[in-house]
Amino acid sequence: MERYTHLQSIQSDIKSDKISLPQLVEYYLKNIEDKKHLNAFLEVFTEDAKSAAVNIQQKIKQGKAGKLAGMVIGLKDNLCYKGHKVSASSKILESFTSIYSATAVERLLAEDAIIIGRLNCDEFAMGASNENSAFGTVLNDADNTKVSGGSSGGCAVAVQADLCLAALGSDTGGSVRQPAGFCGVYGLKPTYGRISRWGLIAYASSFDIIGPLTKSVDDAQILLEVISGADEYDATSSEKPVDVYSQASVSGQKLKIAYIKETIEMDGLQPEVKVNIEKSIERLRAQGHTVEPVSFDMLDKLIPIYYTLTTAEASSNLARFAGMHYGFRSSNAHDFESTIRKSRSEGFGAEVKRRIMLGTFVLSEGYYDAYYTKAQKVRNLVKQKTDEIFSQYDFIMSPTSPTSAFKIGEKSDDPLAMYLADIFTVHANIAGCAAISIPNGVDNNNMPIGLQFMAKSFDEARLLAFVKNFRSE
Amino acid sequence: MSENSIDYSKYQAVIGLEVHAQMLTKSKAYCSDAYDYGSDPNTIIGPISLGHPGTLPKHNKEVVNYAIKMGLAAHCHIAEYQYYARKNYFYGDLPKGYQITQDKTPICTNGYIEIKTKEGAEKKIGITRIHMEEDAGKSMHDQDLYDTLIDLNRAGVPLIEIVSEPDIRSGEEAYLYLTEIKKLLKYLEICDGNMEEGSLRCDANISVMIKGADKFGTKVEVKNMNSFRNVQRAIDHEIKRQIEALEAGEKLHMETRTFDALKGTTAAMRSKEGASDYRYFPEPDLPPLRITPVYIDSIKLLMPELPKALFEKYTKQSGLNEYDANVLIDDKDTATYFEEVLSHTKNTKSAANWVMVNVRSYLNEQALHIKQFIIKPAQIAEIIALIDDGKVSHSAAQQKIFPALIESPSSSVLSIAESLNLIQESNSDELQVWIDAAIAKFPEKIAEYKAGKVSLVGLFMGEVMKASKGKADPKVASALLKETLDKK
Repeated sequence: MERYTHLQSIQSDIKSDKISLPQLVEYYLKNIEDKKHLNAFLEVFTEDAKSAAVNIQQKIKQGKAGKLAGMVIGLKDNLCYKGHKVSASSKILESFTSIYSATAVERLLAEDAIIIGRLNCDEFAMGASNENSAFGTVLNDADNTKVSGGSSGGCAVAVQADLCLAALGSDTGGSVRQPAGFCGVYGLKPTYGRISRWGLIAYASSFDIIGPLTKSVDDAQILLEVISGADEYDATSSEKPVDVYSQASVSGQKLKIAYIKETIEMDGLQPEVKVNIEKSIERLRAQGHTVEPVSFDMLDKLIPIYYTLTTAEASSNLARFAGMHYGFRSSNAHDFESTIRKSRSEGFGAEVKRRIMLGTFVLSEGYYDAYYTKAQKVRNLVKQKTDEIFSQYDFIMSPTSPTSAFKIGEKSDDPLAMYLADIFTVHANIAGCAAISIPNGVDNNNMPIGLQFMAKSFDEARLLAFVKNFRSE
Repeated sequence: MSENSIDYSKYQAVIGLEVHAQMLTKSKAYCSDAYDYGSDPNTIIGPISLGHPGTLPKHNKEVVNYAIKMGLAAHCHIAEYQYYARKNYFYGDLPKGYQITQDKTPICTNGYIEIKTKEGAEKKIGITRIHMEEDAGKSMHDQDLYDTLIDLNRAGVPLIEIVSEPDIRSGEEAYLYLTEIKKLLKYLEICDGNMEEGSLRCDANISVMIKGADKFGTKVEVKNMNSFRNVQRAIDHEIKRQIEALEAGEKLHMETRTFDALKGTTAAMRSKEGASDYRYFPEPDLPPLRITPVYIDSIKLLMPELPKALFEKYTKQSGLNEYDANVLIDDKDTATYFEEVLSHTKNTKSAANWVMVNVRSYLNEQALHIKQFIIKPAQIAEIIALIDDGKVSHSAAQQKIFPALIESPSSSVLSIAESLNLIQESNSDELQVWIDAAIAKFPEKIAEYKAGKVSLVGLFMGEVMKASKGKADPKVASALLKETLDKK
């Protein structure tokens, strides 16, 4: 079977009887089986997927199928799907089954997407290499000794290795874009509030957003169109009307693109990554766009703001996992306090505990103003300065990450080095704006390199149309 | 030192109350689960109440409206932006591990509640703040031999917390303050005010100091008082205990004490308060809610007349005395009933008497609440009208018509009066016949009357009533009788 990169080709091949949806599902199931060693899937919904394929195939024949008929998609293991397990790759939720579905998941199903399984990730989406999963590291399909990136590592590898057409991940500081960059696929982080977070297991509520990982911009457009929009179950979801992303165009427009000088001059930037972005700047100029350096003196503030605020929110968001009403309870617990203490100590992994402790500290009496309040103020400054750039430029470009995928184990003992892998991606989450990582060639070891474009809030339509042209022209 | 040698009067007690009132909204504070006290344990719990992963709170606008109403009733400033906060702590009946509340920006601030002391003096008790929060579930430590049982029905039920200034000086004032709060809550129909069921809860902060001192004494918090009387008892006991401790040279320390209603004393609770750090921070899942002045005005329009306004109206416009006015406004439903009677009659005094005397004594006898009363306010007004028009006598109305109406509440008052033959005769032709007959019976008394023995009118009237079998309208008849006698 052909290696599909666009939903549209699948839909036209089904229509012309070149393939059937059950065959396509079988194909992906076989790939999943063949590539089990990648550890991308935590669970494959084999029977569900097979029977859905039969039903939807029929609907297609009757002309009654939804927009996403033919889409075989995987879910990051932090998205709730009624009647299915969801664990956030944590021991503490190992045998937990969700009693409801995320709004995004419901919207996928309503348009006849087939959910093929749940995908490995860093525990509670905390990590940049997928090495923090309680269920093992995910291997990069381009080089099995290298990480997938994280936290949506399973999503990126599943799309990279053609285990499904697309995946839904979540992005709090780069968790969609960074693994997409490491694996050579598209990874979109929509504007905060564009997609309902109802049913997304929270890491840091004011940063989290669901985002698609795809093999084409077109598929990102159609997925965003389906899952976006206001939701009464999420008070932070935006009421703004959803654009028809698949119809948007910026063809013929000469745009202004900024790049942040400091990102290119940064120490520790892999030489090929630097060459890669310089060539991209040239390419854009050749396409008639204006590309200019801007100064952004807050680059070194981004990681501290991010870790102060996200860990604060996480320390509270993860308090519900206490061995009380659901999930893992320590067998060594004998009373109220030991139930909570031991269940959490045994149920959470090291990185999650590190972040909970950090967050608890920054919120504690006497430190709150020095850390949380201050970080919140600097976050507002970053938003302001970013808006200033967007008042002059259409997009901001940068590498997705300072390096291509690194070796498994290389940084796992050095949290600070690991945190720096997010340095270019956290910016969009702090500012709340949209950003995408697009595959942009490979380094000397044939490892994918990602290129990031950021757009102002709710400007996804132009952003997606623009990167489509950038790749095709 | 013996108790008798202590001069309690040189001390001044300083008391502030924290009242939690459960809101009577249809659904919980941050989800659509309905709440109903007394439902089977753990039956009204959706994924939000349970704090399941991935769930988010939903605004319940009604809670905001209720809080605004209470704020307006207590003369508070209403904040324009509602910021929510998380209060973080672990407990078995707190599924999320935090409570959604308001921290630095309560919805209502800087108001007061008026109380009237026994001596009749009016006193304002300051309201520091009113904020919105959600309730936790219930832990039951005494239902099972080994385990604590948890009921999450109550988890997420909306509360308002009303915090007073330290303006209260005695148990009695606390009692009056709570009575006033409960009255307002019930008038606004936002809380049923039941302390036994826990829909109203009260903690007291109590300290004592030498009168005139410029610094408050050490504050002690007292919990677990399940009635207004117990709040009063607990406070009075605690004041006495603190004074005696100070007189004995002891040093008081900040602590939480629990009230034992059987013994009437307070005892120290396991002290864990000092160490707790709730790590408040802004709730990221609920964006701030804006309340415009126009919106506040629209809430004002929905508010009923409050007891204070009714009291003014009854005493100043309707000419009722203070006692009667107080009886009528004490319970909102009684006041509402009275107001409805008033909408059908102008005779305020009679209306007040009927509601306070006849209606209330019937309800008391039957142990009924006025909401269960079978006779409509309009029917009471009809009775009053019949009396005022001279169609029935007051005693007939009280003794015969009212009981008959209760027996058959769908009948009209007039038809009952007619069927019981209680309609008075005020037709002067009919009356003249009875009067003439009465005078004719005692011809010798006419001269006596003429000579100035005016009291003889009673004798003639008695004859008239006898002849008419009580149907003669006494007012009209006696006027006509006098007229006839004078002509003789």
